[in-house]
Amino acid sequence: MTATPILEMRGIDKSFGPVQVLRQVDFTANAGEVTALVGDNGAGKSTLVKCVGGIYPIDSGDYLFDGKPVTVHSPRDASSLGVEIVYQDLALCENLDIVQNMFLGRERTRGIVLDEPTMEKMASETLDRLSVRTVKSIRQLVASLSGGQRQTVAIAKAVLWNSKVVILDEPTAALGVAQTAQVLELVRQLADNGLAVVLISHNMNDVFAVADQIACLYLGRMAAQVKATDVTYSQVVELITAGRSGDLGLQAAAVAAAGNGNGSHDAGVTDLGDMNGAQ
Amino acid sequence: MTSTVADQTAEQSEPAPPARPGWPRRLLRAVGVQNISLVIALAVLVAIIGAQNSKFFLVTNIETIGTAVTVVGLLAVVQTVVMLLGGLDISVGSAAGLASVVSAMVFMSTHSAAIGILVALVTGVATGVFNGLVIVYGRVNAVIATLATYAGFRGLANLISNGRAQGYTGTDSTFVFLARGSIAGIPTLIWILVILALAVHLMLRYTDIGRNIYAMGGNATAARLAGINLNRYVVGCYIAAGLVAAVAGVLLTARTGSGQPTSGSQGLELQAITAAALGGVAMQGGKGTITGTILAVVLLGVLQNGLTILNVNSFWQDIAQGFLLVVAVIIQQRRRGLRAVGLP
Ligand SMILES: Nc1ncnc2c1ncn2[C@@H]1O[C@H](COP(=O)(O)OP(=O)(O)OP(=O)(O)O)[C@@H](O)[C@H]1O
Ligand SMILES: [Mg+2]
Repeated sequence: MTATPILEMRGIDKSFGPVQVLRQVDFTANAGEVTALVGDNGAGKSTLVKCVGGIYPIDSGDYLFDGKPVTVHSPRDASSLGVEIVYQDLALCENLDIVQNMFLGRERTRGIVLDEPTMEKMASETLDRLSVRTVKSIRQLVASLSGGQRQTVAIAKAVLWNSKVVILDEPTAALGVAQTAQVLELVRQLADNGLAVVLISHNMNDVFAVADQIACLYLGRMAAQVKATDVTYSQVVELITAGRSGDLGLQAAAVAAAGNGNGSHDAGVTDLGDMNGAQ
Repeated sequence: MTSTVADQTAEQSEPAPPARPGWPRRLLRAVGVQNISLVIALAVLVAIIGAQNSKFFLVTNIETIGTAVTVVGLLAVVQTVVMLLGGLDISVGSAAGLASVVSAMVFMSTHSAAIGILVALVTGVATGVFNGLVIVYGRVNAVIATLATYAGFRGLANLISNGRAQGYTGTDSTFVFLARGSIAGIPTLIWILVILALAVHLMLRYTDIGRNIYAMGGNATAARLAGINLNRYVVGCYIAAGLVAAVAGVLLTARTGSGQPTSGSQGLELQAITAAALGGVAMQGGKGTITGTILAVVLLGVLQNGLTILNVNSFWQDIAQGFLLVVAVIIQQRRRGLRAVGLP
């Protein structure tokens, strides 16, 4: 815990036009740990992750990598730091094969010609390292893979680059029981290999199964980031739905402010905020 | 899960490089089912036409087919690239007509074929830049944008030429060489098509540019997240389309001996799109090859030549063309395995 976090976001603000999606968000991820990022639909999890990944520019706040402030303006900036993201919708090209997807946008070339043998070798080494045995051929089209296999390919794509931080946005959302277990095992393995893993999930069983830390977003604010062993299941659910739980989380005033301040959010979220603010 | 992992491990147990299947499978995979079907269709067509009229097999007739398909072939090749990206360029025929008049008019006033051709090519690039910028920065759907410039470029060509054929290039050695010359016994026109097709094929197959084009057509969001500059690719592809359309326009001028605002270029966009679709290029992007497109271009050329040789009314050729485009797209949709939308 005393070591500097590999990734630290401090006081992040992010608005889309009049809608402020993130307010003063602090977030850290440590090497060798799984940090779960939880929160209700529309809480801003994906947005936070896209700010980390350089898809969205942050309005204000600090982005520290390995303790040093950095500026990240594009996905390329993020990957050159060693930050890789597996997006919620996976971002794979179904018309390309596994190797082609793993090297998308970062193809190896010899001169001007693609270096297929090297890419094949690196791809299969990475899949082996992750003990992935469920794909028959690395030249298979992604269109022919199952949901779990696609998830695996997306994760392999993220760890191919000797990355230091891997962020997974709801990797198990569309998976069956067996494939979920497989992906979670992979997540744990990445952290045990020394990577900082950030896992976004709505499933508390998954979160408690693998997470070392839990960070909870509530209507664009970071309600709390705590050790998984320090909280109970119901406390986390309370943090997600109400923004606070006992002395954990946002203070009553902040909760109310979060609820009201997001008046321009979509109706469902606003209702939830108002309801909780009134309690 | 345990059982699947077990038998898949068994299949995976050979070392990393994937197992080499036997040569028939490898050949089939390299050539592709789509291309095999095209080759078979071509063979059947040749057999039918040849059986009716043996003049079909004369070397001169084969050369006629070759030179006749060049202009369409060039446009089909570049249309393939645009379609792989997920776009469509309806304006190529009009751009070719514009380049045709420009090349002839500049040639007439400068008496230099080189300058005429150069200005025509620059005009072609400008049409491509315009298309690309409208699509990217105007956020206009590619079909709408190029449908608009289809009319616009044609209007411009008619405007500067007063709607009439321009100049006479039939005595200039450069234009004559382009239209009727040959290198190593093969007509210049065919060389131009072969070189362009080969260059684009290699680019698509063996460079990261080609890979990114396929990626964009397959999933534009994924491509953007992978850090690919989509705008640059879109504008680049439309510029390539404009440039190749201009080459086609120059060749039209060379073949007819004068700059033609619409005659000869009208309908080329439909033929190019038909060839690409028939060659297996997916209308929604990301799938298709130059090999398939070229096979389809030859198939269409043979069909047209055969119908002419057999004295079929030329209006039937238009009907056949439209019919083939629909059939090609129906086959594509079937093979995608999509369920039908709407009635019935
Ligand atoms: N590009 C955008 N433009 C405008 N508003 C956006 C944009 N992206 C996200 N939002 C808004 O920001 C809020 C947070 O969205 P985000 O996708 O980060 O939520 P999330 O926590 O990932 O939710 P989920 O669990 O459903 O994935 C939502 O209210 C959403 O409508
Ligand atoms: Mg999300």
